[in-house]
Amino acid sequence: MSAVADTHAQDHHHHGPAKGFSRWLLTTNHKDIGTMYLIFSFTMFLLGGTMAMVIRAELFQPGLQMVEPEFFNQMTTMHGLIMVFGAVMPAFVGLANWMLPLMIGAPDMALPRMNNWSFWLLPCAFLILVSTLFMSGGAPNFGWTFYAPLSTTYGPPSTTFFIFAVHIMGISSIMGAINVIATILNLRAPGMTLMKMPLFVWTWLITAFLLIAVMPVLAGVVTMMLMDINFGTSFFDASGGGDPVLFQHVFWFFGHPEVYIMILPAFGAVSHIIPAFSRKPLFGYASMVYAVGAIALLSFVVWAHHMFTVGIPIAGQLFFMYATMLIAVPTGVKVFNWVATMFRGALSFEAPMLFAVAFVILFTIGGFSGLMLAIAPADFQYHDTYFVVAHFHYVLVPGAIFGIFASAYFWLPKWTGHMYDETLAKTHFWLSFIGMNLAFFPMHFLGLAGMPRRIPDYALQFADFNMVSSIGAFMFGATQLLFLLIVVKCVKGGEKAAAKPWDGAEGLEWTLPSPPPYHSFTTPPEVK
Amino acid sequence: MRVHAKRAGALLGGLLFPAWSMADWTLNMAPGVTGTSNEIFSLHMTILWICVVIGIVVFGVMFWSIFAHRKSQGHKPANFHENTVVEVLWTIIPFVILVVMAIPATATLVDMYDTAESDVDIKVTGYQWRWKYDYLEEDFGYFSNMATSKDEIYNRQDKSENYLLDVDNPLVIPVGKKVRLLVTANDVIHSWWVPAFGVKKDAIPGFINETWTRVDEPGIYRGQCTELCGKDHGFMPVVVKAVPEDEYNEWVAEQREAAERERELTEKDWTLEELMERGEQAYASACAACHQADGSGAPPAFPALRGSQIVLEDMDAHLDIVVNGVAGTAMQAFGGQLSEVDLAAVITYERNAWGNNTGEMVTPKEVFEYKNQE
Ligand code: HEM
Ligand SMILES: [Cu+2]
Repeated sequence: MSAVADTHAQDHHHHGPAKGFSRWLLTTNHKDIGTMYLIFSFTMFLLGGTMAMVIRAELFQPGLQMVEPEFFNQMTTMHGLIMVFGAVMPAFVGLANWMLPLMIGAPDMALPRMNNWSFWLLPCAFLILVSTLFMSGGAPNFGWTFYAPLSTTYGPPSTTFFIFAVHIMGISSIMGAINVIATILNLRAPGMTLMKMPLFVWTWLITAFLLIAVMPVLAGVVTMMLMDINFGTSFFDASGGGDPVLFQHVFWFFGHPEVYIMILPAFGAVSHIIPAFSRKPLFGYASMVYAVGAIALLSFVVWAHHMFTVGIPIAGQLFFMYATMLIAVPTGVKVFNWVATMFRGALSFEAPMLFAVAFVILFTIGGFSGLMLAIAPADFQYHDTYFVVAHFHYVLVPGAIFGIFASAYFWLPKWTGHMYDETLAKTHFWLSFIGMNLAFFPMHFLGLAGMPRRIPDYALQFADFNMVSSIGAFMFGATQLLFLLIVVKCVKGGEKAAAKPWDGAEGLEWTLPSPPPYHSFTTPPEVK
Repeated sequence: MRVHAKRAGALLGGLLFPAWSMADWTLNMAPGVTGTSNEIFSLHMTILWICVVIGIVVFGVMFWSIFAHRKSQGHKPANFHENTVVEVLWTIIPFVILVVMAIPATATLVDMYDTAESDVDIKVTGYQWRWKYDYLEEDFGYFSNMATSKDEIYNRQDKSENYLLDVDNPLVIPVGKKVRLLVTANDVIHSWWVPAFGVKKDAIPGFINETWTRVDEPGIYRGQCTELCGKDHGFMPVVVKAVPEDEYNEWVAEQREAAERERELTEKDWTLEELMERGEQAYASACAACHQADGSGAPPAFPALRGSQIVLEDMDAHLDIVVNGVAGTAMQAFGGQLSEVDLAAVITYERNAWGNNTGEMVTPKEVFEYKNQE
């Protein structure tokens, strides 16, 4: 390990970063790469958010006002793809880059050059993806789930570019995951056994295995599409003897673990933040670890709950219903644990805690709707309506995204050496909280009243709640610019942050000064 | 909230009040009109109440801590953690609740899958972007297109009560009978949904899915396509008219006669004017969605027909494209979708409309021969 640090030092002849643009282009430093991931992710968040604003503007009233249905479909598709692959996943990789070495007492990630490459592939992939908007025939318009044959036989010419972009993102994710696993398994400080690892490290380790397991499946399914579109095969084309339902099985075999890839690291981060601001240890460390493991394993055998209406045989239907309901058990264990941690603590509500508490409450609401969706007969009514849209936005916005905001505020003082502006951060929280609930809660009602998802225009009985939802969405969207302001302010200056700015926080990252030295831990700390 | 939203509507949306008077604030699923939909509704309510109760307990404890255990109020933290009894309990109790929930859910599912012993069989086929209903025992079938006008959609005209949920020809079924639906698709995946029946089934090309319903109350029931199927996914409603058995039988007899008359029309000698007139309608319902009412298309996906070489010159190629479609594109094979009369009318129309004045026509008989020579 120290050998790595030595060669590194020789490369640079000093312990600080290189100067100018090459610092960023050629960097192998986990903090610089982490920062780039986070900036990239926030950029994509704003871009995907802008598309969401277009969607909500069109849905503000019945009738077509802003965009044509064709473009509307491109917006829903690109919004989904950009948020999932561009905003949420890279944000967690950014957090992993910054925090894993600090949390396990390592100087850097285990594979720094690969780290650089896996980051720089991302802007390339998204350049390709976003450029499809300007191609003749337009961008992908078949939803982020890109079901065949809509995406193959009937897709726009840009579909091949979309496939290429997905391949590049996949390679980037897989390399990122390999790096995470190598780092965690090899670079832990002496004495840090697996069951002493911080939960963020645990959840990322499991997430990385999920990534390695399912990203190749995604690559497989888009390759089959590529063959169908360009090389005359008929994997998914019924008229050539293929099977459109096969597409969905393969896609969701990737897709369901993917939704956990987007939430497990947030589970981990929240499991640090809640004890810190409750000034009380996490209630059940071991059961939290086992719960994450159980969720990850179960996530491989529930995929067809996205396909209850495609006509799978009843035995399959029952199996996937039971398995999906079962996932609620470990998910419940996690929620109960967080609540028990807060119980009889000494709570204070700085911005990270506000986001973390909102995470627990609102994610649980998303879990409840998930449980409802798991009831296969009821899913016949819910499926492909706004009820599903409400469900996944509740688990992803106050789940994944609030988890990311909570982490950002929690660790910003460590990263920058300055405290952020607490008043602004609380404003950011409350506006986000209100806007988000205003935007997504009414979607439950819309779905139950029968509004299908992915439609550019709707029947009149859905008008009222759609308008409320759009107003909430605009509010949520606009509020996010505030976050940019807060971060810029914090980077530029502010009250100096102590090595450990939160009195209740635990972990190796707080033993280093804020900001930490360029090569994090050059001598491994001892963990008792 | 209602007042506020309405005010915002008036402010931001201008004068769209006719639309507003129709809106409502429905919060929950409706129980529907079939045994299945009622069973689903009761499952929905059960699981909803389970969630509400668990929510009250969990959030109750949490809010208690938030209010009572604040540092600012000088609360000192306890230091307890790990308690095997508690941890086992909160794993077992949810598990038991889930098992209890799974039992009625399984029963309902078994019932929904029982498509045996039906009284009426209807094939439902999804097309971009309309439905086709074929009455399998009765030898007739027809398309069902959305009836809402572009003027309403583009806000040039007030929106009618059943905006986007109206069709030209609804599916007609008898009340009190078990109707089996064989659901499939011709192009991409669609999904046929009528909320009041509790029936939703994906229509997948190459597959025939089965589902069934028994409606006890006569009435008109509305739903929509629920699987993204391209540009006009939001514009392919499902409308079902459930009528008493006598009325149903009468209607079936009429439809059979009409189908017979249609077959006779193929034999008739048509003039250019007659074909043009019929062609305009057929074009509007089958072709205009992509190629546009004025034949200008939306290149490159949907080529223009006005001034197109195939349309102006090569009659055989024109027949081939319309009858057999173009593999790998959105251009479907209309040979199986339209009658010979409509095929002849559409082709004739395309060759003579929008300044494509070729003066050429093709008769239903010629189309019939073309289709059968292959
Ligand atoms: C208690 C845990 C959960 C259960 C039981 C559950 C169940 C379900 C079910 C049954 C569906 C399919 C609904 C349908 O299409 O008809 C669904 C959709 C979805 N869920 Fe969950 N879910 C859970 C948690 C999560 C989490 C943690 C996430 C992500 C962080 C998530 C993200 C999604 C997404 C993105 C979709 C929709 C995908 C699409 O069709 O576009 N879910 N969930
Ligand atoms: Cu899932």
